[in-house]
Amino acid sequence: MIGRFVARRAAMLVATALVASVAVYGALFIAPGDPATLLIGGGKPPSPQLLAEIHRQYHLDDPFLQGYLRWLGGMLHGDAGQSLTYKDSVTHLVTERIGNTAFLVAYAAVLIIVPGVTLGTVAALRGGFGDTLVTVVTTALMAVPTFVMSVVLIWWLSVQWDWLPAYGAGEGFTGRLEHLTLPALALATAWLAYVAQVTRSAVRAELASEHVETAWARGVPERFVVRKHVLRNAAGPLFSVSGVAVAGLIAGCSIVEQAFGINGIGALLVQSAAKQDLAVVQALALITVVVFVVVNTLVDVVTAALDHRVSLEGTA
Amino acid sequence: MTTYQIAALGRGGARWSRLRRLTRGRGVLVVACAVVAVAVLAALFAPLLAPYDPDAVDPAAVYQGSSAAHWLGTDDTGRDILSRLLYGARPSLLAPAAVTLTAGLGGTVLAVSAAWLGGWYDRLVSALLDIVFGFPGLVLAVVAAAVFGAGLQVAVVTLSLAYLPYIGRVVRSAALRERNLPYVSALRMLGMSGRRICLRHLTPNLLPLVLVQVATSFGYALLDVAAFSFIGLGAQPPTAEWGLMVANGSTGILAGRAEQSLYAGAVIVVFVIACSLLGGGLSRQLLGDDR
Repeated sequence: MIGRFVARRAAMLVATALVASVAVYGALFIAPGDPATLLIGGGKPPSPQLLAEIHRQYHLDDPFLQGYLRWLGGMLHGDAGQSLTYKDSVTHLVTERIGNTAFLVAYAAVLIIVPGVTLGTVAALRGGFGDTLVTVVTTALMAVPTFVMSVVLIWWLSVQWDWLPAYGAGEGFTGRLEHLTLPALALATAWLAYVAQVTRSAVRAELASEHVETAWARGVPERFVVRKHVLRNAAGPLFSVSGVAVAGLIAGCSIVEQAFGINGIGALLVQSAAKQDLAVVQALALITVVVFVVVNTLVDVVTAALDHRVSLEGTA
Repeated sequence: MTTYQIAALGRGGARWSRLRRLTRGRGVLVVACAVVAVAVLAALFAPLLAPYDPDAVDPAAVYQGSSAAHWLGTDDTGRDILSRLLYGARPSLLAPAAVTLTAGLGGTVLAVSAAWLGGWYDRLVSALLDIVFGFPGLVLAVVAAAVFGAGLQVAVVTLSLAYLPYIGRVVRSAALRERNLPYVSALRMLGMSGRRICLRHLTPNLLPLVLVQVATSFGYALLDVAAFSFIGLGAQPPTAEWGLMVANGSTGILAGRAEQSLYAGAVIVVFVIACSLLGGGLSRQLLGDDR
């Protein structure tokens, strides 16, 4: 049963990744004009010799399928070609920056999951004024998009209070921790609020269930009821929503990295798109989409494994 | 990932459902209506309302605070911020409107035809919608900007594609239910053609649902368009657009001049909250949906 579910999700994952790769590679050819100009990137019209050289180097005159397979094979072997605007190999550009982005995503994930789950659980268990407060604050926070939150945090915590740096990624672990606190916060707040709300409703649903009532009636101490009966059963939806949040962070990095001037792959994606350096954009877009889809698939599979009531027949 | 995905993937659907439950009365809806109406009127009558030309640079009046002459102050080149916010309502509202209407129209056509024809066509449409649904919309738009050059049109076209599944998937499952209702077989027995049933009966009956989906996705589309302009790939300077204004103002923040960014950001947040409240109200009115 679970084996078939995993197999179907894996097939879906491969299908999405293949469609993504065809779309990303095909982007070169649906563009108006000579695809070689897109690989050169930016501004001035290139000389005919250079165009011919690019055509030869990138095998642009090969049939589509052959070119696609060559490109995909290169990507799979870690060779993503050359960036002509950065005058560097795409692989080097990416490996140089991926550390910052990974740190940022991990940091934001911690900032989302730990306070989000705690706030939601406390709000559901305590009820009353605290519950209302958490609900109102998280509802307001969810309405603030990442780029507005970035600007507000820079203005408030960096300029007004001068607490934390607003620019760059820092060096070493402590330097990064210091420099990436505001970006991670900006990335995390809307998701944190969302996770808190989902946690709250999941915990409340469990609290109202019959097995929890039975546990109370049997005189099971509160901490056991909460840990073994409530949180254990709420774990499925909590894991699911946290995973969705982390997948969302991967796609949301570009905005925060642009806002805080962080040298990561999100900013690289945006800047190379602005320069129309397609070799870099293709590689990064494929990586981002694949990571995004893989995380989402893993989350679905683990959620299904955690909770046997989840329908294994459902699509999507 | 598009902002709309955040909401669509979670339980309960709507992002602001809790707030809606807290404020059962109609007062909030009235305020939300007023906010949206003000923004639309600002977009329509910007030339009459704006005190200054939004693009008029004034080197003598750079970074001024609020005053009688400039109610919300001026930006780094001395342009009047209030005028730019009013003119900015035009692209900021028009682009997401184009996104949601295109996605609504395309999604409905795909969904109704898939539900009606069934078979391999239905499976193909569903699979394609699922695959697009699994894509982060913002990444799709970035690739398109790299190929066709940055600009609002490119953002609108790609986001329309990215928003297709949000409308198509919901409408398809509703159309499947609708197709199996007795009145449809009655119409067939009367000899009505499939095309006529779809156009005259099926689609009109699904219209309230489509309308609600379009209305709720509008706020998310606005956020995505603004975010796209913020990272520099959407609206281009010197266009007055809200997301671009947040980005433009961010250079002044370190010098303590945060007005432009904060005002534009506040306008976006307030408008999006109002949109989502209205979407929820519409959903209750048209569908009796009390999520």
